[in-house]
Amino acid sequence: MTETKQPIIQIRNVSKRFGRVTAVDNVSLDIRAGEFFVLLGPSGCGKTTLLRMIAGFELPTEGQILIDGQDMSLVPPNKRPVNMVFQSYAVFPHMNVTDNVGYGLRISGVSKGEIRDRVAEALELVKLGGFEDRMPDQMSGGQRQRVALARSLVMRPKVLLLDEPLSALDAKLRAQMQFELADLQDKVGITFVTVTHDQDEALSMASRVAVINKGEVAQLAPPSDLYEYPANRFVADFVGSVNIFEGTLTLDEPDKAAVDCPGLGKVYLNHGVTGPHGANVWIALRPEKIYLHVPGEGKAVRAAAQDAPDGHNLARGTIKGMSYLGDVTLYDIHLEGGQIIRVSRPNLSRHDQDDFTWGDKVSMHWRADSPVVLLS
Amino acid sequence: MFTRTAIAPLEYTRKLWMRSWVGLTMLFLYAPLIVLMIFSFNDSKRNVMWKGFTLKYYEKALNNDSLVEAMVNSLTIAFLATIVSLVIGALAAVMLWRFRFPFKGLVEGTMSLPIIVPEICLGVAFLIFFAKVDWPTDLPWPLNLSAITIAHITFCFPFVAMVVRARLASFNNEEEEAAKDLGATEWQAFRDVLLPHIKPSLVAGALLAFTLSLDDFVITFFTSGPDTITFPVKVYSMVRFSVTPEVNAASTILIVLTVALTFVALKYQGVKGISDAH
Repeated sequence: MTETKQPIIQIRNVSKRFGRVTAVDNVSLDIRAGEFFVLLGPSGCGKTTLLRMIAGFELPTEGQILIDGQDMSLVPPNKRPVNMVFQSYAVFPHMNVTDNVGYGLRISGVSKGEIRDRVAEALELVKLGGFEDRMPDQMSGGQRQRVALARSLVMRPKVLLLDEPLSALDAKLRAQMQFELADLQDKVGITFVTVTHDQDEALSMASRVAVINKGEVAQLAPPSDLYEYPANRFVADFVGSVNIFEGTLTLDEPDKAAVDCPGLGKVYLNHGVTGPHGANVWIALRPEKIYLHVPGEGKAVRAAAQDAPDGHNLARGTIKGMSYLGDVTLYDIHLEGGQIIRVSRPNLSRHDQDDFTWGDKVSMHWRADSPVVLLS
Repeated sequence: MFTRTAIAPLEYTRKLWMRSWVGLTMLFLYAPLIVLMIFSFNDSKRNVMWKGFTLKYYEKALNNDSLVEAMVNSLTIAFLATIVSLVIGALAAVMLWRFRFPFKGLVEGTMSLPIIVPEICLGVAFLIFFAKVDWPTDLPWPLNLSAITIAHITFCFPFVAMVVRARLASFNNEEEEAAKDLGATEWQAFRDVLLPHIKPSLVAGALLAFTLSLDDFVITFFTSGPDTITFPVKVYSMVRFSVTPEVNAASTILIVLTVALTFVALKYQGVKGISDAH
């Protein structure tokens, strides 16, 4: 990835309050040029407000936003070097596709010939060639979104802002658009900043993701770090699905650690945690990182049964629920400690889902580097 | 007998009772007008018996200078009142829709007052007001219509504001933001995005204002000076003696005129626009 010295967008200690409600709370983050940046969070977390502040439709109550080194405090939306694709697409219903896409160029006084060329180029880019004379009400939602995309891209902004770009599309189209957006960003080289509540979208498209919770940045990291090394329980739970167990840190050395979880038993890790001894911590364990076995079957299980700190961890339980999803089967297992743990198992061959059923006694094991210890 | 397919539960338009009801409603609405129009061609001094076809009452009406003058006055007033109401009404609607300000509810309430207050009260109020400010009554045409026009604007523009506001409720704010995002100024965004959206309501509001102004009798009666007369007031004075086919002829001309105007307006707008929800 290319990194310039100066970030394209600098958000410095920005807060936004609506009356007594704090939508964005002292957020500072830098967005690099050429990046596909995603603001991820549940609805009402302030991510859209943040995006609208970058676009200029809201003014920060406190703090400063710099775009390409310029302070944007007194710059109205129509003078900012950013363009936005709105959640409703906001395609002008009384203009055909050509007029929609050419609108920004027209009002900024670009010559007719250049408008024609750039509109054609933008439509080609979003694969809408041949739709020039269509009216918006003759197009599908996905096509209208492409119009909105072309309308923004034709302005050649420094940053393209996208507000929940895929939320209105059906699942298949959404998956396709995820790839297309990433591809498009690669092609045009413009910085993309996207707001979404959908973690799949964030993980698949982003170069970096800022997870927002209650107006604050919970974690800023590349997608794989976010998933494999969540910083706190909120991120672990919001990104992907996870089992979380509360416990006490009983052993913490540079190359190994142990957490005593009342619900799960003793959990061994093959790395240090750097937390105070006896601290209250949480163990996060992803369902797909747990192996499922019939008790007493297989060598790994027997090895794990020795409770070896550098081998696999072991737990036992009874299957309480299962749901077959085709590619994987999810099992809810009632642990001996009383808690429920979720395990997902890939259906590698056709009848794998028949291996276990309700009420089966099973044993689970996982690698000592699989669990994540969370301090908050 | 000829074969018919059975009537499905929701095919109301194929049910006899529904059709008769619609027919009756139409009859109730339009029979008086049609009778009036037919009798304008009646060759008789009285409007009771059909005596034969003639156009002489049209000739008579068009040669009646004071009737023509009243008609011209009415159309002038309606035209001016419509233009001004359209501007004030649309601006008021946009203001009430877009901004929050203290006493907004009060402003909104007082604005629709002319719709609610009985016309007779408004008429008397205008009479007193114009007398009090000593509004000149002996001005040359068309300034002699100023008092009536002002009064008409007062009760017409709230209707325009109401229609425009209803239309604004369906406006997607993001469209205006998108325009600004693409570089439009406040005015350009208004002209290119908001105005096209409210255009159907402007046409509807204009038609409403025009007809309201054209046929207003009460308020006009109180605000017209001694020498100015409008069509409804003139017809009233003619009817006091007897309802001659001349009145019918003049009314028919007025009806045809307004219908034609409405037709042109809808044609220009495209009827789709009026009912269109987005």
